[in-house]
Amino acid sequence: MEYQVSSLGGAQKRSSKNNERRRMLSDAFWGYFFILPQIVGLIVFALYPLVSVFVYSVNNWDGLGPMSFVGLQNYVDQFNSPDLHTALINTLYYTVLTVPGGLIISLLVALGLNNVRGKTVYRVIYFMPVVTSSVAIAVMWGWLLNTDFGLINVMLKHWFHITGPGWLTDSHYVIPAIAMLSIWGGLGFNMIIFLAGLQGIPVGYAEAARIDGANRFQLFWRITLPMLTPTIFFTTVLSVITSFQVFDQTFVLTGGGPGKDSYTIVYHIYHLGFETSQFGSASSAAVILFFILLALTLGQLWFQRRWVTYDV
Amino acid sequence: MLQEVNAETAGISTASQRKAKTGNQKRKTGDRVFTIILHILLSIGALIMVSPFIWMVLTSLKDTSQAFSDPPTWIPNPFVWSNYPDSFNALPFNLAYFNSIYIAVIVVACQLLTCSMAGYAFARINFPGRNLVFVLFLATMMIPFQLTIIPIFITMRNLGWLDSHLALIVPPALFSAFGVFLMRQFVMGIPPELEEAAIVDGANRWTIYLRVILPLLRAPLSALGIFSFLGQWNSFFIPLIMLNTSEKFTVPLMLSQFRGQYATEWTMVMAGAVIAVLPVLIVYIIAQRHIIQGIAMTGLKS
Repeated sequence: MEYQVSSLGGAQKRSSKNNERRRMLSDAFWGYFFILPQIVGLIVFALYPLVSVFVYSVNNWDGLGPMSFVGLQNYVDQFNSPDLHTALINTLYYTVLTVPGGLIISLLVALGLNNVRGKTVYRVIYFMPVVTSSVAIAVMWGWLLNTDFGLINVMLKHWFHITGPGWLTDSHYVIPAIAMLSIWGGLGFNMIIFLAGLQGIPVGYAEAARIDGANRFQLFWRITLPMLTPTIFFTTVLSVITSFQVFDQTFVLTGGGPGKDSYTIVYHIYHLGFETSQFGSASSAAVILFFILLALTLGQLWFQRRWVTYDV
Repeated sequence: MLQEVNAETAGISTASQRKAKTGNQKRKTGDRVFTIILHILLSIGALIMVSPFIWMVLTSLKDTSQAFSDPPTWIPNPFVWSNYPDSFNALPFNLAYFNSIYIAVIVVACQLLTCSMAGYAFARINFPGRNLVFVLFLATMMIPFQLTIIPIFITMRNLGWLDSHLALIVPPALFSAFGVFLMRQFVMGIPPELEEAAIVDGANRWTIYLRVILPLLRAPLSALGIFSFLGQWNSFFIPLIMLNTSEKFTVPLMLSQFRGQYATEWTMVMAGAVIAVLPVLIVYIIAQRHIIQGIAMTGLKS
């Protein structure tokens, strides 16, 4: 009797253990089943290319013949390449113009739109360029910025009697011109993020401050702006990354010109890899771009604690 | 004495009330002035935002002499419609439309399926290596696509997929770290009790995913769908390097080629740009609320 009972207990234990095992096996099966397509994608289109690009970058390769190992020579060449220097300076200049300008304007628009009647209509209009393809935007602005017949120079001439510059043909104006159309194109996206951030600020703080007699500007500097710093941080990081990757506009509008005055880092990668089949050099340039972006992002993460308020 | 005091306090209180009232009124008129100025500024901004679009449409309806006239012709006179058939005849924009739509639709459909599947697994199923794999997905989100595009291009060439739509469809259809992350976040927000009833009934994971999870993911799925449709539709760099034949071009690529070929014929180039932009803008204006909310939702989650 006793024996039977104990054996029964053992069997139960064993069967519950078996159940546990079966459940784990089934979970493992279904887990892998559900992630299978994406894991194939991860390996083929992310991990393998990630390893490959580093391999390519230490080889000379025209894409067809055999690779020849050259060590860090491609990197040395890139660091000494005048083209990369030009591209870096142009991209940096473009970023310095686009990011602060774009963020300040879109923040102002978002502040204006927050709690205003007719918000929906304004929002639809300001957001329009975000759904428009970058190529179409470039084509549109190419006409607006035309030296002799573009709307901007024609208006400058007839209304202000100023002879407008050759926006896309003068080396001093080409980057500011492209920055201008990028700010116009990206404003709607940042505005939407800022609006969402503004909606997230509890009304109580502003009310309390108003009762204490704070005016609009005090309200903005002391309440709204500090509460918005996480959103500002997020949009800054994102804007820096996207403006470092600028390509479409310069490719369509100027082809990197005049001369190399709007030649950017991604254009450099495109030129090396896809126009001249120097896949080794192109890969090393891509790796350099990656490390620049990584450093910029980490730098911003590091500095954020100086100015971003998270404790509410 | 008592009355005096009362009167005094009463006097004080009415005075302070009056003061508050005039203060309120001042604030009210101040508010009104502020609102008017705000609307003027916002309208000027809105004008700056729409005028490039309007100028594009106006130019596309002019002939060359009107477009290049000095002083400028604002409203086309007469309206010239021939730029549109001319641009359609010059390059196969209708093919480009077909290509762009079908590529974007297939990519979005595959992404919604594979990302929601993976998101469900990462949020709910305990399988060995789950956290490691998820961290890998997160890490790849930080990588700019320019870093991996050269090896992907070589892979496509080795597969013989260059100058074919497979090169544009397969990579994004099978891989979207952002989509997986987004779906996982939303599945985590679904109360587990909803699945437990199905588990007790003996339903397997696939049934639960299909019957319980997917219907609850409608909002984030449509947000991801809008986000990645726009991304595909407007994508330029990848079609540019993968495709060669103009019959296979997508709309942005076709427009870029068109602009290259007819560089100085601005009226035709603008007609081409209108062809490329207008249908999307119409869809956008009809569905603006969903589109803007979708972008905001996906933007904030990242």
